[in-house]
Amino acid sequence: MVERRPTLGILAHVVLILGVIIVAFPLYVTFVASTQTAQDIVNAPMSLLPGSHLVENYTAAIQGRSSGAGSTAPVGRMMFVSLVSALVIAIGKIAISLLSAFAIVYFRFRFRMVAFWAIFMTLMLPVEVRISPTYKVVADLGMLNTFAGLTVPLIASATATFLFRQFFLTVPDELLEAARIDGAGPMRFFKDMLLPLSRTSMAALFVIQFIYGWNQYLWPLLVTTDESMYPVVIGIKRMIAGGEAANEWNLVMATAVLAMIPPALVVMLMQKWFVKGLVDTEK
Amino acid sequence: MEKRVVFRSAWLPWALLAPQIVIITVFFFWPAAQALLQSLQQADAFGTSVEWVGLDNFRALFDDPSYLASFKTTAIFSVLVAGLGIALSLMLAVFADRIVKGTTLYRTLLIWPYAVAPAVAGVLWLFLFAPSIGIVSYGLQAIGFAWNHLLDSDHAMALIVVAAVWKQISYNFLFFVAGLQSIPKSLIEAAAIDGARPWRRFWTIQFPLLSPTTFFLLVINVVYAFFETFAIVDASTQGGPGRDTAILVYKVYYDGFKAMDLGGSAAQSVVLMFIVVALTVIQFRFVEKKVNY
Repeated sequence: MVERRPTLGILAHVVLILGVIIVAFPLYVTFVASTQTAQDIVNAPMSLLPGSHLVENYTAAIQGRSSGAGSTAPVGRMMFVSLVSALVIAIGKIAISLLSAFAIVYFRFRFRMVAFWAIFMTLMLPVEVRISPTYKVVADLGMLNTFAGLTVPLIASATATFLFRQFFLTVPDELLEAARIDGAGPMRFFKDMLLPLSRTSMAALFVIQFIYGWNQYLWPLLVTTDESMYPVVIGIKRMIAGGEAANEWNLVMATAVLAMIPPALVVMLMQKWFVKGLVDTEK
Repeated sequence: MEKRVVFRSAWLPWALLAPQIVIITVFFFWPAAQALLQSLQQADAFGTSVEWVGLDNFRALFDDPSYLASFKTTAIFSVLVAGLGIALSLMLAVFADRIVKGTTLYRTLLIWPYAVAPAVAGVLWLFLFAPSIGIVSYGLQAIGFAWNHLLDSDHAMALIVVAAVWKQISYNFLFFVAGLQSIPKSLIEAAAIDGARPWRRFWTIQFPLLSPTTFFLLVINVVYAFFETFAIVDASTQGGPGRDTAILVYKVYYDGFKAMDLGGSAAQSVVLMFIVVALTVIQFRFVEKKVNY
């Protein structure tokens, strides 16, 4: 900083600490609630100190031994569904976007720009604006309550295709010339040159798309009716039913904590790529 | 920008594009076309007969007071979410930019909510504000404020705004931090030598230079409030009390899947598509501008 102003420095820390407290407070309360009994929580005000039922609540939630008014499906299964869907969505998006960006950048063919604009247009058709007809397509294809139904319609990604296109355009032409002189065909060049060079972009996209996949709500809400195919985000919502006291909030909150851990871990562990990826993709 | 050197093949590019093209045709363009078609039709309750009604669905939509009310709700909601979200995260980013030590720690602690699913965010805040058991509503009652979002629509609106802003702060914060870091330090030093204090430097240098970031975030936050907050609304207020927090996307879902009014729901989808197209155009014109900046 340009000048020393101790008071302003302190003020900065105070504001940031307040910000962190406000951001963290709901998360803390959630954790505390997940360690208490349902009775403790209903007797307002609940204690703000962790209780002693942590292990008990989490095993009950994972095995689905809730006696609350809402859904009592085992959370273990839901976590599995969420994990599979998030991984398929993230990896699938990266794979098909890499291929289409490669085609658009490294080939000249008729209707190249048509294909490019068609992919671009999907940005303007988020799932929210075409829910009933998309539901009908998925139902007609017999994909309700399947992993395919949960993932495939979400796999097309204009954002990822753009990011890879931008990146490929910055790859020097000399690399391609050198590869050609050495007799490499297109797929060889793709596999041995472009893929290794794109690693950082792939990592960044993976974080963003994993979170996107894990946090999906509206789409799974439509295409899953069978408890064994609920992702955990839907499961939490279904656990809440009836009046406030009718829910086993301790188990709902344990489920919420479980649902937050995987995406939070991905963000924390891959923070560097995540921040870079976020700022790059959206620009 | 184009490549000078390219491969030549008649079939390979299409094979590479095939997965993406198939998915966008089947799950994007076909359904979007269906929505357009359905918005011009009226099916009876059993789906046995379908007739063309032209723009009747749209006319009915804009004559429907509950649809106009939903527009108003969405407008209020997105102004509050975008305004509060941007103001709070800008403040945090400016202070984070001032401090020398601990920036990474603060950043790590502040980006948490980005990873939280909107539906989970809705449930967390619902739990905090639940009228009879929530810890925050208990605190509010203790100071004499009778909180009940199940009855009072302003309270319900406040609940979804808080949850939506909380979820979005981390995202805005990261962009503002990146934006502030790209402002040349020499500009700020020059202003300091001329005697400008931090407050003045913020308004005359940092804020104007951040305007591309702010504008970008404004568009993104409006899109977020319009579309991605469905989960927050469904998990916390479910559009209630009455229909007072039923934002447009919630209404499309409700009318299409709960009330089974396909024509009306499709017409609403089409209106939403126009909104997205408009927002995307605004966003991209701005991106072009920024390249020349």
